[in-house]
Amino acid sequence: MGEHILVATRKGLFGVGFNGVAGDPRPVGFLGDPVSAVMQNEQDGAIYAALNLGHFGAKLHRSDDFGLTWTELPVPAYPPGEGEDAASLKFIWTLARGGLEQPKRLWAGTLPGGLFRSDDRGESWELVESLWNQPSRSEWFGGGYDDPGIHSINVDDNGRLVVGISCGGVWISEDDGESWTLGGKGLAADYMPPDRRNDPTIQDPHRLAVCQAAPDTVWCQHHCGIFRSDDGGHTFTEIKEVAPSAFGFAVAAHPQDPKTAWFVPAVKDACRVPVDGRFVVTRTRDGGASFETLSKGLPQETAFDLVYRHALAVGGDGRALIMGSTTGALWLSEDAGESWRLLSTHLPPIAQVCFVGKP
Amino acid sequence: MPRVTFTANLQRHLDVPSLEASGARVCEVLAAVFEQRPLLRSYIVDDQGRLRRHVNVFVNSVLITDREGLSDAVRPDDEVFVFQALSGG
Repeated sequence: MGEHILVATRKGLFGVGFNGVAGDPRPVGFLGDPVSAVMQNEQDGAIYAALNLGHFGAKLHRSDDFGLTWTELPVPAYPPGEGEDAASLKFIWTLARGGLEQPKRLWAGTLPGGLFRSDDRGESWELVESLWNQPSRSEWFGGGYDDPGIHSINVDDNGRLVVGISCGGVWISEDDGESWTLGGKGLAADYMPPDRRNDPTIQDPHRLAVCQAAPDTVWCQHHCGIFRSDDGGHTFTEIKEVAPSAFGFAVAAHPQDPKTAWFVPAVKDACRVPVDGRFVVTRTRDGGASFETLSKGLPQETAFDLVYRHALAVGGDGRALIMGSTTGALWLSEDAGESWRLLSTHLPPIAQVCFVGKP
Repeated sequence: MPRVTFTANLQRHLDVPSLEASGARVCEVLAAVFEQRPLLRSYIVDDQGRLRRHVNVFVNSVLITDREGLSDAVRPDDEVFVFQALSGG
């Protein structure tokens, strides 16, 4: 399977190296419509794209022919409720495949905080009520959006689920979503009163990334810094003094090496631009003991690019990286981030990027 | 039987020609429409059956008043228009 790239933007789905057509990056679907999530289930090659149509709500499409044609699927729906606060799907923030024994399984993380499961390739959906009915859900709140949302769903080869919620912490299931444990101990939220700073229920993990080959290692780019877990997300240790900044949204974990991860820093939560106008990627290769600042090929003056939580991805070899910014710039690295090649400066704002393989 | 007509902006996403659907209230007419075209439902109403915030429904020339329950009356010779609101989105 050759590697291709898909880019979900505010105004459509774009491809790089997609179906061998020149002129990349170029639109490959849904031009003009906001694409909120894109993923490929490598088990059958199907590609899924979620849309967030402003007037007409969230939508979901699947392609079984590598993006040539798309079929609209039903969207996850919240169960009937009472009153004006009864939940309704705002949008699909992330999609994830199931375990190795579940080739038709899909997970969808949504706003306002529901996790949904499909066992028929997205043809029907079921709310995971075991998580939705957690008593502490009443404590969740929005981070970046008005409602809480699930943005990270990691499924490891042993079937463990690690889910990240902004702002609802880190949740772990060892039994395919039947029951849940609140992880995230050690995360710290300086946007809360002192007595609740370490409350796992209200943490804002901007993004969780699991090392595929060593899934006990979970990297967390948190609203208030960078953290690492060595026990599958139950407890985290803060990694301090990261230059130029420990604030950001995205993190990518090396698929084989649990000590390597990449981040894209910005000044701080109240100033979401690169430090001193220099756009850089930071990389650790020693579990967070030290960080390298990678800048070759990236703009080093008057840059205002911000990389959202799903807009940095690493390929299966641990060397290819794709990164897109909210100002529409797209970069590719083929040497683990040592250097970057600019692919475009004028795409729409980029929400997600992913590598996909052509069957 | 009431006739239901949809904004041209929906045609970008779904093939929705004008069609006839029975019912004495907007909710009943739309339920009959969704029976024929299940995927259309999530474009018009939310998970609780409430009219989407940025969608408007008119019965003839009158904007409906019950956006939550869609209980506005519809007569057999009425025309129901589903439009995109010029707000938000």
